[in-house]
Amino acid sequence: MTYIRPKFRHPELPKNKLGYTISYYEGALSTLCAGCGHDSISAGIVQAAYEMNIEPHKLAKLSGIGCSSKTPAYFLSNSHGFNSVHGRMPSVATGANMANRDLIYFGVSGDGDSASIGMGQFVHVIRRNLNMVYIVMNNGCYGLTKGQDSATADRGSKNKSGNVNLFQSIDLASLAIELGATFVAQSFSGDKTQLVPLIKAAMNHPGFAFINVISPCVTFNNNVGSTKSYDFVREHVEATATIDFVPMMSEIKAEYTEGDSKMVKLHDGTYLKLHKLSQEWDPLNRLSAMNAVHNAREKDEILTGLLYMDPDSGDLHEMIQTSDRPLNTLTEKELCPGPEVLKNINADLR
Amino acid sequence: MSLKENRINDFVVRFANVNGTGSASANYLFCKAIFRMGIPVTPKNIFPSNIQGLPTWYEVRVSEKGYLGRREGIDLMVAVNPQSMTADVASVKSGGYFLYDSSKKLHAEYLREDVNYIGIPLMEMCNEAFTDARQRQLFKNIIYVGALAALLNIDFSVFESLLGEQFKGKEKLIAPNIKALQMGVDYVRQNFKYPLNFYVEKRDLIGDKIMIDGNSACGLGAIYAGATVAAWYPITPSTSVVEAFMGYADEYRIDPVTGKRNVAIIQAEDELAAIGMVIGANWNGARSFTATSGPGLSLMNEFLGLAYFAEIPTVLIDVQRSGPSTGMPTRTQQSDVLEAAYASHGDTKHILLFPSTPKECFEMTSDAFDLAEELQTPVMLMTDLDLGMNDHVSEPFEWDINKEYKRGKVLSATALDKIEKFGRYLDVDGDGITYRTYPGTHPSKGSFFTRGTSRDEYAVYTESSDAYKRNMDRLMKKWETAKDYVNAPQLYQEKNISKIGLIFFGTSQFSSEEAMDILRSQNIQTDAMRLKAFPFNRAVEDFINAHEQIFVIEQNRDAQMRSLIMIELGINADKLFSVLNYDGMPITADQITRQITSHLNLPNN
Repeated sequence: MTYIRPKFRHPELPKNKLGYTISYYEGALSTLCAGCGHDSISAGIVQAAYEMNIEPHKLAKLSGIGCSSKTPAYFLSNSHGFNSVHGRMPSVATGANMANRDLIYFGVSGDGDSASIGMGQFVHVIRRNLNMVYIVMNNGCYGLTKGQDSATADRGSKNKSGNVNLFQSIDLASLAIELGATFVAQSFSGDKTQLVPLIKAAMNHPGFAFINVISPCVTFNNNVGSTKSYDFVREHVEATATIDFVPMMSEIKAEYTEGDSKMVKLHDGTYLKLHKLSQEWDPLNRLSAMNAVHNAREKDEILTGLLYMDPDSGDLHEMIQTSDRPLNTLTEKELCPGPEVLKNINADLR
Repeated sequence: MSLKENRINDFVVRFANVNGTGSASANYLFCKAIFRMGIPVTPKNIFPSNIQGLPTWYEVRVSEKGYLGRREGIDLMVAVNPQSMTADVASVKSGGYFLYDSSKKLHAEYLREDVNYIGIPLMEMCNEAFTDARQRQLFKNIIYVGALAALLNIDFSVFESLLGEQFKGKEKLIAPNIKALQMGVDYVRQNFKYPLNFYVEKRDLIGDKIMIDGNSACGLGAIYAGATVAAWYPITPSTSVVEAFMGYADEYRIDPVTGKRNVAIIQAEDELAAIGMVIGANWNGARSFTATSGPGLSLMNEFLGLAYFAEIPTVLIDVQRSGPSTGMPTRTQQSDVLEAAYASHGDTKHILLFPSTPKECFEMTSDAFDLAEELQTPVMLMTDLDLGMNDHVSEPFEWDINKEYKRGKVLSATALDKIEKFGRYLDVDGDGITYRTYPGTHPSKGSFFTRGTSRDEYAVYTESSDAYKRNMDRLMKKWETAKDYVNAPQLYQEKNISKIGLIFFGTSQFSSEEAMDILRSQNIQTDAMRLKAFPFNRAVEDFINAHEQIFVIEQNRDAQMRSLIMIELGINADKLFSVLNYDGMPITADQITRQITSHLNLPNN
């Protein structure tokens, strides 16, 4: 669908701490279908980046192939983007991150891109705890090739052509927790109030931050009988807690629990404030998070919100002890041992 | 040549061992001793795709004339592997020698009338002299090296100094090694006539040359070239490239102040991910490379297409082995040429470099990074198992103190400020090479969307036929530009003297040079050219045009380089004759000479 977006912006649009209005964080006009859940997620990313005072050029957005992977063109046009090949975004993000540890890496993928062709890379990027945000815009189908079931389609879910999916679905969020992902959240594209703080928390997490966002495909998977339709998801969604991302606050000295809310202190002094905490779930405990996800599934609920996080995990750079200076800023001086050393190497080979 | 005549510094010794028994270091000791005596020597390790228990051979050619290619015909077989005994006896040249462990009587079936037998009771001697089981096994190897020292006249003091260097810090091990060597020497002196009718004599033919394998040289080259991100998946015969890189990085890439590492080395989950990481890192302004072999290259095709089309520098070291499929994983070949040249679907062409020696592995690895960044495209270093995993006598490594990395057309923030509108794929200079920016450079200028889809000059997605075609044509223009950037061929003559021209590349160099000498001795003069890079530049075309008959010497079945020459230069097939070897062993001068002369004898030629 194509339409013209007015260039006019209200002259008194509020500015963030960097002096940018939200329009500075927008991207090109989306070419996705009207009402696509992905566009809502893009809008959430724009809002989160604006509110977090991110310098757009200090963020790199990466994607694979598919409808979801097109979206990086539709947000943060002042950021470099890389639309790579199908299912291979994690490896490109890994290399990019190794080259420059100072940028924020924002990966966008889909259910086909991550749960099928890219499953290997998805699993291994989690193992390495690469410092990045990884959003799967999950609609249970292959939109760009016109609606085939994907590996995240629920068993028994009916697609637009009336075919019922026979196969077990892959639950990316519980898989991520199982694999040791250090930040796992789930959300719904129709719930921006929940999504935006989750994206902020993910960007702030110093390791692999995964958000599985159920994002209905209005064209191919929004029919009666589909478990990824707007109606079905709205009816079955259950949140772990409502969440606020609280920037550095000097008055908060320590982690505390008060009634049904919890403050989770993050590595850099910021906080996550979780309200209406479900009783059997502790977001810092992996086992408890696993249980919460499984229990919800038993009850046919889609559990959303923050599921699990380990705020103090060490990312890949920490594990392999790369220098604090980004590797792409090093020059001959630091990198080349020079001719004198080479003389000694030659001598040892005689 | 009559075997009665004494031959100095001209023979082949082959060791037949069981892998995993410690023979490799003993055999290397033998080879290095000859090198230290100033005599050109070339070892070939012929090993199984296995860790323990299967036959393995080590072949050492000694050549006063400096021929570093493999030679057929074994003068002396050191046979300590009962498994391969039948074949080992059969492979000895008539009049040659067969050294074996006489602790057990040699079966009659192994006896040939035209072979001289040297029985040494290696096991018995070891059991008497050493008590530890592992030592008994290891020193069996050292005893036969001692025996060879006597039989071939190798200077014993050379062994002493080599062992001293090898066991620096573990001096306790020197004495038992010397003892075992001496046992071998003494046994020969007491029981046989020595030296044999071929032996070594000290020379000064090595000069300042070094001995190293090509893979280590590539690893060192990547260190010198400033590679900071390496991503790889283990595969024979390329594994030791990254292992060498790691080893050198441990030494030269630790920040002296922080103790942190100026390098990231990632063992990926597969070759797909390995090359993806390399592309991501290069996109982000780090020099990054991977090393692989044929099966890995097949997997990397998808990403190579992306890197070609999205124009991202990529360095890939392909240590070729015998294909197709898993093929012979531990045997050599030059059979990835076509796959590499046109890797990936759609219209693609890739830059290839062909090193022949460890020194070139070092230099061309560095060249590969410069070329990849200058041309913003994948560059593949096409080495092979023979060069990569065998030790070679090589000119020493050199590095100019003033050498700077050529990072290509990259815009800084200041440069971006001077530009009105940045176009990632805008051919500003008319050479097909456009300007790139690294992420994070400028707050409001220079960002663009990298993609494998068609786009316009400003990196905006488009399905316009015109824009697509403009881009494809510009890539072709860049390809033409590349011809002036890549390494020129080595010409063996200032002025052509023959109607016959030889073309070869990579490890076919040594045997080809030797073949030229043999042909010359038969009054057949040839001109020659060694290819160092693809695309072929003008000099390659000129050489071919200047000769009536061209022999393309290569180590694959399908004459891949010949095809490439035909496709790219439009050379008539009738003019190009193939000289091939594809049995997995390095090509020999005899094979080359035989094939060339058979064509020359054809009527109408």
